[in-house]
Amino acid sequence: MSTFVMPSLGADMESAVLMEWKIKEGDRVEKGQVIAEVETSKGVIEIEVFEEGTVDKILVKEETECTVGTPLAIIRTDNETLEEEMPTQTLQHLDEKRPHTDATIDIPVSESSERVKASPAARRKAKELGIDLFSLAATTGEVHLSHVESAAPAEPVEQKTQVSGMRQAIARAMSRSNSEIPHYYLTTSINMTPALHWLEEMNAKRSIKDRILPAALLIRAVVLSLKAVPELNGFWENDAPNIKTQINAGIAIALRKEGLITPALLNAESMNLDETMHSLDDLISRTRAGKLRNTEITQQTITITNLGDLGVESVYGVIYPPQLALIGLGRIINAPWAEGDALCVRKVMQATLAGDHRATDGRTGAKFLEKLNDLLQHPEELL
Amino acid sequence: MTQEQIKAAIIEQILFIAPDIEEANIIPDKNIQRSLEIDSFDFLKILTALNEVTGVEVPESDYSKVDTLEHMCEYFMKRVKD
Repeated sequence: MSTFVMPSLGADMESAVLMEWKIKEGDRVEKGQVIAEVETSKGVIEIEVFEEGTVDKILVKEETECTVGTPLAIIRTDNETLEEEMPTQTLQHLDEKRPHTDATIDIPVSESSERVKASPAARRKAKELGIDLFSLAATTGEVHLSHVESAAPAEPVEQKTQVSGMRQAIARAMSRSNSEIPHYYLTTSINMTPALHWLEEMNAKRSIKDRILPAALLIRAVVLSLKAVPELNGFWENDAPNIKTQINAGIAIALRKEGLITPALLNAESMNLDETMHSLDDLISRTRAGKLRNTEITQQTITITNLGDLGVESVYGVIYPPQLALIGLGRIINAPWAEGDALCVRKVMQATLAGDHRATDGRTGAKFLEKLNDLLQHPEELL
Repeated sequence: MTQEQIKAAIIEQILFIAPDIEEANIIPDKNIQRSLEIDSFDFLKILTALNEVTGVEVPESDYSKVDTLEHMCEYFMKRVKD
């Protein structure tokens, strides 16, 4: 028997709502099959199962909120004769990085990164009543349940600006990044004229359905550069870098209404340019439609943010823990450019690397940016 | 196709790609991508869908001629076969 548990969908996630079962008891399931949909602060995510077998029992009803690790279903794996206890499904590696000491409830209305001394009961009550523990602690010191109760207003408190779940998740991850990761930044200007010209010529020969957008070309170039400088791709785990050969490029995608998700282009290292374009298009559509899979939102090995359409020229990113680097690509602008002795106008892009200085030094980062620049001067190598 | 039909088809595709937009917010002479926050992927999707409806394929070199709703209507009107 194997217990299918609520997976951790990111270091910042504590619970999610099981929205819909895609299977019923007695169904056969295969490795990689989507068996449920859960709603998280990142939207609705499809959850895959990682083994083959038969659904023995469903333990949780639809529309139930479950904390990470809650058993959701029992799956009887094949070639199982005895009712032996199988190890539960391995939680995502990110889970190890969760602050285990910090199991208490978050107080979303507070901005401060300092923790208030408060009893668990006081925290729970404060959350229920919408009372800010920080302002309470300012007068009481350590906060106990009685303090919270006496501070409770007779009327429901006026709601402070509602912070969405996604905003809270971003806030937690970014605060953690800035407090834990010693960032270093490197920037280089890249002449994009040769690559864009090459792309235009190629697209002119293709039908509209097969066109490649500059964003796909850039991601392909970043992925190839990472193959050459793999030290930037992976995780900081147990005080050491854990370098990955698989490149799951987290692509920053803005949602139309609010917020930002960086789902992974899984196994980007195995894709050619056409496949990169096709997968990227599919990933963007599914992100905006709220149809991402759990592997796509948990297994990013690096983040790429391409603000091309937003109009700023450079972006100094905040690394998403436990990743080792973030690559920021600015808007491509017409800029003066020196070639030999002549001054001309070229399409120029600022490429910025944010690196974790615990894992790599500027020399590694510089090698990466040099490779990126070099590839974009020879775009035919990106096919 | 009449001019009205072409305009309706373009608006339909924009609203399909960006469901949060109200038809009233599509200003005929404003840049479609910038004013409605439509990125290059969504813009390509709109043109691909319009290609299926009208049979007209917009090459990248003509993107400056389809930047606003007005220009896009004119562009397709000139090229579409009845």
